[in-house]
Amino acid sequence: MAEAEAVESAVAPARSGGPKGAPVLPVLPVPPLVPVRIRAVEGLRGYGLIVAMWVRSTMAYRTSFFLSTFGNAAITLLDFVAIWIMFSHVDVLGGFTLPEIALLYGSSSASLGLADLLLGNTDRIGVRIRDGSLDTMLVRPVPVLAQVAADRFALRRVGRIGQGLAVLVWAVSQLDVEWTAGKVLLVPVMVLAGAAIFGAVMVAGAAFQFVAGDAAEVQNSFTYGGNTMLQYPPTVFAKDLLRGVTFIVPLAFVNWLPALYVLGRPYPLGLPGWVAFVSPLVAVAVFVPASLAWRAGLRSYRSTGS
Amino acid sequence: MRQGTARGIPHGTARGTVRGTVRATVRGARLYPAVAAGGFRRYATYGTATAAGVFTNTVFGFVLAYTYVALWDERPGLGGYDQAQALTFVWVSQSLLAAGALIGGGFQEEMQERIRTGDIAVDLYRPADLQMWWLAADLGRAGFQLLGRGVVPLLAGALAFQLALPADPLRWLLFLVSVVLALLVSFGVRYLLGLAAFWLMDGAGINLVAVVVTVFFSGMLLPLTVFPGGFGEFVRVLPWSAMIQVPLDVLMGVHSGAGGAVRALAFQSVWALVLLGAGRLLQSAATRKVVVQGG
Repeated sequence: MAEAEAVESAVAPARSGGPKGAPVLPVLPVPPLVPVRIRAVEGLRGYGLIVAMWVRSTMAYRTSFFLSTFGNAAITLLDFVAIWIMFSHVDVLGGFTLPEIALLYGSSSASLGLADLLLGNTDRIGVRIRDGSLDTMLVRPVPVLAQVAADRFALRRVGRIGQGLAVLVWAVSQLDVEWTAGKVLLVPVMVLAGAAIFGAVMVAGAAFQFVAGDAAEVQNSFTYGGNTMLQYPPTVFAKDLLRGVTFIVPLAFVNWLPALYVLGRPYPLGLPGWVAFVSPLVAVAVFVPASLAWRAGLRSYRSTGS
Repeated sequence: MRQGTARGIPHGTARGTVRGTVRATVRGARLYPAVAAGGFRRYATYGTATAAGVFTNTVFGFVLAYTYVALWDERPGLGGYDQAQALTFVWVSQSLLAAGALIGGGFQEEMQERIRTGDIAVDLYRPADLQMWWLAADLGRAGFQLLGRGVVPLLAGALAFQLALPADPLRWLLFLVSVVLALLVSFGVRYLLGLAAFWLMDGAGINLVAVVVTVFFSGMLLPLTVFPGGFGEFVRVLPWSAMIQVPLDVLMGVHSGAGGAVRALAFQSVWALVLLGAGRLLQSAATRKVVVQGG
């Protein structure tokens, strides 16, 4: 906890221009030549410390925290109520029943919620570039990505995760599926791998902001827009759109392909059955270019100088 | 430390005399358009953010449009719309979303921040009315976003799908009036949210709840005519209905005849007046509460 306070005292004044006096350098032991593995551990440690600080700070406004956690859950709940209202008029949508769509909805929401909790604030990088506050992050002995991701860590986002998981559990209880070991395993793997794919999109979007400036909305259209799309069955959408989200930005691996395998339904593009299980590999595959883009973006960064 | 109260700061300094009132009116006639123009220019500065927003609205437009096609294929005539009207609903509401600041991005976050930091005291000392000042700035912003973020998504939607846009210029004129009223209603709600920061200090929670309510009850997610039974009737008389549902119905001529359109505009006007009036009451309660720390 002593280290957490050391980081806090260094971070807080730089962030808010608060009255705490000159920033104190955090006392994190970092060897001069850091092997990759230790660097990753240091990054996670720094991430954890900054997250702990923001959680404490969030709890200072407790009413606001509970309201916003509730709001986060309610945002996704009302999305689902809209789907439910649709089903008060129809029995199937795109050939899918309500519990089947609930499976898609719950898994995608939980994945996005998880990615948003852990990495969502990377979209603030554009603001930090514009006001020059990214510079303070560059001189701290914690990897910049860890700092950016933990920046203003929003615990309220557990609301969305909880709501997504609740719908997912409801869907699983309602579905008439012959559960095999593979299908049972696939459900949690789908949520986690989906979160990793969304996370990679967020990192890539943050990298894009080094080039494009304040363009947080572009990444929102892939994450939030993608999430809205993945809540509905793929049969609803045009084939070209499906090709785009399967082969270019592989959002289809977040939940469509695994969930369709669980439901025993074919994917409209006619892919082989084993693709349902490759989501974790896809997640790794998209994180590589995303992190390379991040490194390239960070290296190309020129401070505004103010 | 010096301490003074901002109790009873006169908004619009020259009041009481006829000449003062005239002078204040003349000044207001010049001041508020200038503030509105400033709001327009301020948002016009961020070209990349505007382009990114257009991209987002277009992506969401496509996603919603395909789901509506599936829904209206299954149930033609749902909610009293044919498929082209349902698709018009999607694309025009995506075009109005930024202008109405329906999912945030308006002024209230900034206002709440000024209240939290105390900068609001400076605003209260200005020889301008607080509500009119923010309204003018917000209408300027909305004017830019109507053009900058509204036109391109609608064009994209019209190219990709068969829409039911009217050819009658009078209908577009009525729509424009309805949009302005929708902006006033939206401002009325957001001004109350902004003022809430005088009591809550941190507006993040209430803003989020407001977004949820707006997304659901404006018809942005699903037209309010599709909402079932008594619940549907209830949501159609709420102020959020005046933000998306009513302008869309005016555009598509759902209200039969001139009388129907007039009734729709009157509905919006009543909500605009009620909300702006409530804003004034809350504002005077809030400014009586302000204590300015000097020194």
